[in-house]
Amino acid sequence: MELDQIINPANKVYSRPALLNDNTMHYCPGCSHGVVHKIIAECIEELGLQENAIGVAPVGCAVFAYNYIDIDWAEAAHGRAPALATAIRRLNPEKLVFTYQGDGDLAAIGTAETIHAANRGENITIVFINNAIYGMTGGQMAPTTLEGQKTATTPYGRRPDLNGYPLAISPLLAQLDGTCFVTRQAVHTAAAVRKAKAAIKKAFKNSIDGKGTSVVEIVATCSSGWKMTPDNANKWMEKFMFEKYPLGDIKDSAK
Amino acid sequence: MNEDIRLMKGNEAIAHAAVRYGIDGYFGYPITPQSEVLETLEALMPWETTGMVVLQAESEISSINMVYGGAATGKAVMTSSSSPGVSLMQEGISYLAASELPALIINVMRGGPGLGTIHPSQSDYFQATKGGGHGDYRLIVLAPSSVQEMADFVGLGMDLSFKYRTPAMILADGVIGQMMEKVVLPEQRPRRSQDEIRRQCPWALTGKTPNRQRNVVTSLELDSALMEKNNERFQRTYKEIEANEVRFQAYDTDDADYIIVAFGSMARICQKAVEEARNAGVKIGILRPITLWPFPYKAIEDVAKHAKGILVAELNAGQMIEDVRLAVHDSIPVEHFGRMGGIVPNPAEVLNAFTDKFGVKFNFTND
Repeated sequence: MELDQIINPANKVYSRPALLNDNTMHYCPGCSHGVVHKIIAECIEELGLQENAIGVAPVGCAVFAYNYIDIDWAEAAHGRAPALATAIRRLNPEKLVFTYQGDGDLAAIGTAETIHAANRGENITIVFINNAIYGMTGGQMAPTTLEGQKTATTPYGRRPDLNGYPLAISPLLAQLDGTCFVTRQAVHTAAAVRKAKAAIKKAFKNSIDGKGTSVVEIVATCSSGWKMTPDNANKWMEKFMFEKYPLGDIKDSAK
Repeated sequence: MNEDIRLMKGNEAIAHAAVRYGIDGYFGYPITPQSEVLETLEALMPWETTGMVVLQAESEISSINMVYGGAATGKAVMTSSSSPGVSLMQEGISYLAASELPALIINVMRGGPGLGTIHPSQSDYFQATKGGGHGDYRLIVLAPSSVQEMADFVGLGMDLSFKYRTPAMILADGVIGQMMEKVVLPEQRPRRSQDEIRRQCPWALTGKTPNRQRNVVTSLELDSALMEKNNERFQRTYKEIEANEVRFQAYDTDDADYIIVAFGSMARICQKAVEEARNAGVKIGILRPITLWPFPYKAIEDVAKHAKGILVAELNAGQMIEDVRLAVHDSIPVEHFGRMGGIVPNPAEVLNAFTDKFGVKFNFTND
């Protein structure tokens, strides 16, 4: 078989989504953000929504999300992405509007904006990256940091008597009448990536169809913040994170 | 006569003017003394007529960030609040300025500091005109002194904001917000179409089409060399605004021996004081800054050339007086008269200040 017979569009089984541009990602080796960015780009592309998609980037490691996915983006103040998305979607009801937020952004400083946007049933998708740590500022405790987990601000491990308990925010959001779809996924295996992508696609469809707020939590690794190799970070996540933050659909009323 | 004349509160006039101007979205949170803005908008139901979005947010922090989101899509958006709420908005206002977004913010001032009082004050002058939030930025600040100006400045503020791509503020106070006067409402304008927004705001988040690069609205630039360039661009805009947009009104200044510089409700009180002073043989005039930023330095310098002294009258401990002193370079005495904590003075108190500060005698007749 000749080379040009092999390199043939008919034989192509995988390619990078066109919406994921050529900028070199600033994420650390082993970080989950890159994979989540890719599946978001794929979902927008497959739904044919490039010209109608507006993303809202957070403060945190994903602040530069706008450098990687080739759609229009707003960069929000810390925690305020759901407030921006609320106005963007209400003023532009034909658009797919989604936020992309970390645990500190969504579940600490932006808790009020998150809960109230979800409670109003804003027709937006919230992609929530939960890696139980503040990555960008150098590994401080997040609201989702596990009990006993060592961080820069809990150097001897998180103690509930001093630091409170890990906050499982997705089940809390699932209780609100405004949410139509709340799910918790991961991207540490090929199978998990496929499921996470299906969840994001479903959430985006809900947003376009005006069914209410969709929340896709991705339980994620931060190997730099956790001070682990990427492989060990995945193992630690499976062992400890999935216990506190089990994967699966928490609510799906938009069937 | 097709003029639409109504009797209403300043806060209500803002709401009516917003709908008629064709504002796309209002986001607000209740706070006295300006809650009528949101209440009136909800009662007008403009989403049924012009398609305007009205939303009660969960906080002022959320309202200003909703404004940011809406403005990023090129829509004409606004919020209103009163002093403590506007303090909460300062982060968002700084982001708006840094992202070069047009937006209109209304502060119907009440007395502070802290939770303070619900009564009128002008003690947010520094916050409004000198920055307020973090970083080097300015707001275009309009100070209405009548219900008519409350209505007119909605359109003016929004127009200036889009012209210069920088947020504008209407700095009113509890008197102007709550008092009722007749007002001529503007004619209904249509909201801009999506095509008009794409044409007028090529930077806006309208959805990336194949014929342009993606638009990103952000205030972040980690490269200091580029961030300095951004700042230089902001400063050029501010210089242009200073050169072109100074607005003020002069009453009886031509022959005046003394000048009052006052804005907003205080300027109205001073108008009555001037009337009484002239009946008592003392020629006083008023220079009323309409734009508090850009400040009418030149106009004040000019009136000072023929005057013996300036009284700066404010509902605060002395804030605008600093700009007046900068304007006159110590060429004539500049004194302050102020009431604080929500107290609104009467015209006689203003004239007493002339006697106390400048030794001016008034020959009042008892007719």
